[in-house]
Amino acid sequence: MSEVVKTDIQEQDERAAMNAEAQAAVDNASNYEFGWSSDIEQDFAPKGLNEDTVRFISDKKGEPQWMLDWRLKAFRMWETMESPDWAKLDIPMIDYQDAYYYAEPKAKPKLNSLDEVDPEILRVYEKLGIPIEEQKVLAGVEGARKVAVDAVFDSVSVATTFREELEEAGVIFRSISEAIKEYPDLVKKYLGKVVPMKDNYFATLNCAVFSDGTFVYIPKGVRCPMELSTYFRINAENTGQFERTLIVADEGSYVSYLEGCTAPMRDENQLHAAVVELVAMDDAEIKYSTVQNWYPGDEDGKGGIYNFVTKRGLCQGKNSKISWTQVETGSAVTWKYPSCVLNGENSVGEFYSVALTNNYQQADTGTKMIHNGKNSRSTIISKGISAGKSDNTYRGLVRVGANAENVRNFTQCDSLLLGDTCGAHTVPYIEVKNPTAQIEHEATTSKISDDQMFYAQQRGLDEEEAVSLIVNGFAKDVLKQLPMEFAVEAQKLLAISLEGSVG
Amino acid sequence: MLKIENLHAQVGDIEILKGLSLELNAGEIHAIMGPNGAGKSTLSYALGGRPGYEITSGSVNFDGQDLLELDPHERAAAGIFLGFQYPVEIPGVSNLQFLRESLNSQRKSRGEEPLSGAEFIKLAKEKAGLLKMDMDMLKRAVNVGFSGGEKKRNEMVQMGIIDPKLAILDETDSGLDIDALRVVGSGINAIMRKPDKAVLLITHYQRLLDLVKPDFVHVLAGGRIVKTGGPELALQLEEEGYEAVAA
Repeated sequence: MSEVVKTDIQEQDERAAMNAEAQAAVDNASNYEFGWSSDIEQDFAPKGLNEDTVRFISDKKGEPQWMLDWRLKAFRMWETMESPDWAKLDIPMIDYQDAYYYAEPKAKPKLNSLDEVDPEILRVYEKLGIPIEEQKVLAGVEGARKVAVDAVFDSVSVATTFREELEEAGVIFRSISEAIKEYPDLVKKYLGKVVPMKDNYFATLNCAVFSDGTFVYIPKGVRCPMELSTYFRINAENTGQFERTLIVADEGSYVSYLEGCTAPMRDENQLHAAVVELVAMDDAEIKYSTVQNWYPGDEDGKGGIYNFVTKRGLCQGKNSKISWTQVETGSAVTWKYPSCVLNGENSVGEFYSVALTNNYQQADTGTKMIHNGKNSRSTIISKGISAGKSDNTYRGLVRVGANAENVRNFTQCDSLLLGDTCGAHTVPYIEVKNPTAQIEHEATTSKISDDQMFYAQQRGLDEEEAVSLIVNGFAKDVLKQLPMEFAVEAQKLLAISLEGSVG
Repeated sequence: MLKIENLHAQVGDIEILKGLSLELNAGEIHAIMGPNGAGKSTLSYALGGRPGYEITSGSVNFDGQDLLELDPHERAAAGIFLGFQYPVEIPGVSNLQFLRESLNSQRKSRGEEPLSGAEFIKLAKEKAGLLKMDMDMLKRAVNVGFSGGEKKRNEMVQMGIIDPKLAILDETDSGLDIDALRVVGSGINAIMRKPDKAVLLITHYQRLLDLVKPDFVHVLAGGRIVKTGGPELALQLEEEGYEAVAA
């Protein structure tokens, strides 16, 4: 028993050491640590959004005609649509003509390993903390946990690693631009199938102008030999980032995918509208983890990222499973509902979320669990933490179709308030058309108590350490779902994001 | 070690401590007894620096420092430990994590190196053993789902790990069955009965004092110490009641 304890704590130590570099960067962060911009030359699409912009992007990427046609169709559709206003978000009018839709580092290198990458870009990665895992593996550290990184620098993937080992296993891990050229049939088969082109305003926009992203295909019966990871980063001023991710897990396969995001500090709001589609066949499992700490704006609510994301997973096969875990601490505005469409019999959907808002941040986030398959089950654990003058809303839908027998859902939504100028809201929608369903919804709202604060301080923690400890405890059920690489980083992020919110 | 002079403290508009004076030297164990509402818990909170317990006059000197100048976590680092009458639950945070972070935070403010995971586990095992507490309990969240007795025993494990100079134990004996009381009593003796340490025991009952022999017993009533004596004073209180003795 005690050996287990020892391992746990020592593992924590090792993780801490592993992440020392990133932690050193974040420890002294009273301001946003990633608030710098690098001087890599950018190749921009002309400002504004019209058919020419779409053609420019498609042309830049050397896309086939079918892809351009698809984009143009989406663009024409988007022009007829209106921005949704049902979320509890107060967003100023976005001038879509006053932004750039494409930027790539000039002289785009064609590389097989990180060694060959422009040192300036490597420096950027280093600041981001990307190489923590990477370096270990590259340096040949024994027993280093393998993480394949497909880094997206602004709009173009500049490096994909571990490709060989993945290829041996039959795993396809590519930037979506490459996949469109190399695996057009696979891409055509699934692109837009989970999130249809007309799904919503931001998803349609993404279809028209998506810049890059990731494509993953795990063949039948393959357990992906390493965690796959993409680090997103918005770097060019006024450049919207439109990522497109498509992950297909064939029968009996498994993949864990990590997505981490940081963005440099900019005064003007930057638009981000990503689309992520997941497909799980019979007995397949996809675990998708996100840590999002984009620039949230300053203490007065100036600047910050507008983050409108459509993430949806399709549990198509029987016994399939899709699990979303997200830690959202960044962005000025978050509009995001990673969802599961549970069509397969006995399929399982999970959503674990920590959303933290401070200062003037606004988050409206949650999930949709659409039960169409018999005996499908879903779990939703949402932890909202609000501080400053922020607003934090959980919005979630649980829908049970008429033919879905014996569906089970358990939902738990907990909100923690720090101070009395912030807001926490829980908006559950439950639609059940089959009487055999069992749906549970639990919700709590609480504050950090004076008793807890004094108790922790009396044991030696200062005020911020005490808040951080209590908040991390509150979010524990979600944080423990994260792969180890992310867990420590996520804990640190919660602490940093709350700085200045106590006292 | 601790010198309290003419301490006045209030909660809201109500003055609770009204000129309390008390001196503890290293190597001594003092017991404070007194009727409900006399200000016993207020004294422990005031010494711990709990917000809302306002010191209006008087002074507290701890090891040559003005204690009232320090924040709660600085008082902890200086060597003051409060055993809570009602230990607080912290969901999602294991006892081990809580104590390790607390201890290392204290060590940091004292300019000492933090304990490694292995060193800490060794220490925690030793102290848990002293209090006959299973290590599995320490892996659970702080006080969550603990019985009243387990919480109190946990306070003593914490005290053992933190190893303070001065322990102020607020009704640590309440809620304990006879066996647990014995374990806690011998724990206090093992951890705190040392020439360089001192204990302030706040209690209602003689039974703890049978196990942890005090050098001095004080009666706290109406916000000040009204009587001081040796261990026999506690026995007298038990027999005659506060009213008769404190009058």
